[in-house]
Amino acid sequence: MKPAPFEYVRPSSRSGVLAALSEAGDEAKVLAGGQSLIPLLSMRLASPKVLVDINRVPEFSTLHITDNQVVIGPTVRHQELFDSVAARQAVPLLAQALSFVAHPVIRNRGTSVGSIAHADPSGELTAVLALLEGVVTIESLRGSREVTGSDFYVGPLESVIMPGEVATKVTFARLPVNMGTSCVEVARRHGDYALAGVCAAVVLDEERAVDRARISLFSIGPTPIVVDISQLLTGSRSSTATFIEAARFIASTVEPEGDIHATAAYRKNLVEVLAAKALKSAYENALSRVESPR
Amino acid sequence: MSESLFEVQVMVNGLLRSGQVPARRLLSDFLRHDLELTGTHVGCEHGVCGACTILLNGKAVRSCLLFAVSVDGQEIVTVEGLVNQDGSLGSVQQAFQDSHGLQCGFCTPGFITTISAFLDENPDPTVDEAREAIAGNLCRCTGYQNIIKSVMRAAEIRRATDFSGSGIVTA
Repeated sequence: MKPAPFEYVRPSSRSGVLAALSEAGDEAKVLAGGQSLIPLLSMRLASPKVLVDINRVPEFSTLHITDNQVVIGPTVRHQELFDSVAARQAVPLLAQALSFVAHPVIRNRGTSVGSIAHADPSGELTAVLALLEGVVTIESLRGSREVTGSDFYVGPLESVIMPGEVATKVTFARLPVNMGTSCVEVARRHGDYALAGVCAAVVLDEERAVDRARISLFSIGPTPIVVDISQLLTGSRSSTATFIEAARFIASTVEPEGDIHATAAYRKNLVEVLAAKALKSAYENALSRVESPR
Repeated sequence: MSESLFEVQVMVNGLLRSGQVPARRLLSDFLRHDLELTGTHVGCEHGVCGACTILLNGKAVRSCLLFAVSVDGQEIVTVEGLVNQDGSLGSVQQAFQDSHGLQCGFCTPGFITTISAFLDENPDPTVDEAREAIAGNLCRCTGYQNIIKSVMRAAEIRRATDFSGSGIVTA
């Protein structure tokens, strides 16, 4: 249960990180919080030749919140983002989802951008990125590029990040006042990996009825699954029956796999139950935002 | 192949400690093997059990999920550091004794550190908050009830003694 030997570099600048990654190519792994990577190394499920520790780059730890957006640096810890009142007001779904991310002790070290880049299908933040169409900025010595929402994910534990590249920030637009969000999941214990989870976003029209609605599922497919159910919900108000109907449709579109923790049928059932709950809760969240805008 | 060694200097329980370690040395092993601070226990060694929890710059973290080299220059408090200045049991340690919060004691160092950090932030918790605070730590003896009592008892001791922070570094 000890990691295999590796070369270790800890550049103190962005350019140093990019140079180290360029030199090591596909032999390198980026170390941010390490809360997923270090167990993989210890169990020798991964043994990169070079570990590039990005924790010494001062600008990487910046959490920047403006009138328009939340910009998360790659070494911002989950707990810092969770505790940020400004981030919570700008994009409430971040804190809603982070409350389910591991335990506080893990959140003290784990990073939100690292969690997004790790692309674990059960990662709550992967579903947040997909649902809100957050933008991941990826840099290398060749330059930088931006990838939006679901396009960032390729498969389980696989994103579009290529050898030599690193995610240097994730940007979420401030949510409009008429958009409400929610995150719900079922896990064996709070803080454990979810058996199934749903993030929802509901946008209200001027009459305070549903204008648009989308959900994003995690722990259900190889990557987060986004389903747009605007057509089913447009014009409806807080009618539980309508949300249940939409949830049934959502469940009919997914084919989850079974494993030791939950059967496929149970997961499908969870999607239905959780989606109805998430939609109702996002709708209520939108109503309260419209009624008392901050 | 001989591995490169890195010089690591950390402030542990108020004392400057150093060692030469390969990059892959887990902080938990650095504390136990290199610094001989065996109060920090290693259970699962992949971040699930919480026995190896320490305070890094005042925040509770898993020492098995950190490399010693990556915390060079930072401040650490282990269970050994959570005593009173005169060497008597610290508030959380005393509470575990008072409330019978341990049996075999293997998980205890991780609970003591986790609870110390928790009470620094929330000095007057409800029972539900106490339960939530220890949710990331495993104990296979007590059934947790007496550990929850210990959290409440520690908060009581701290209030009675006007406690102002965890460990000899800050107390």
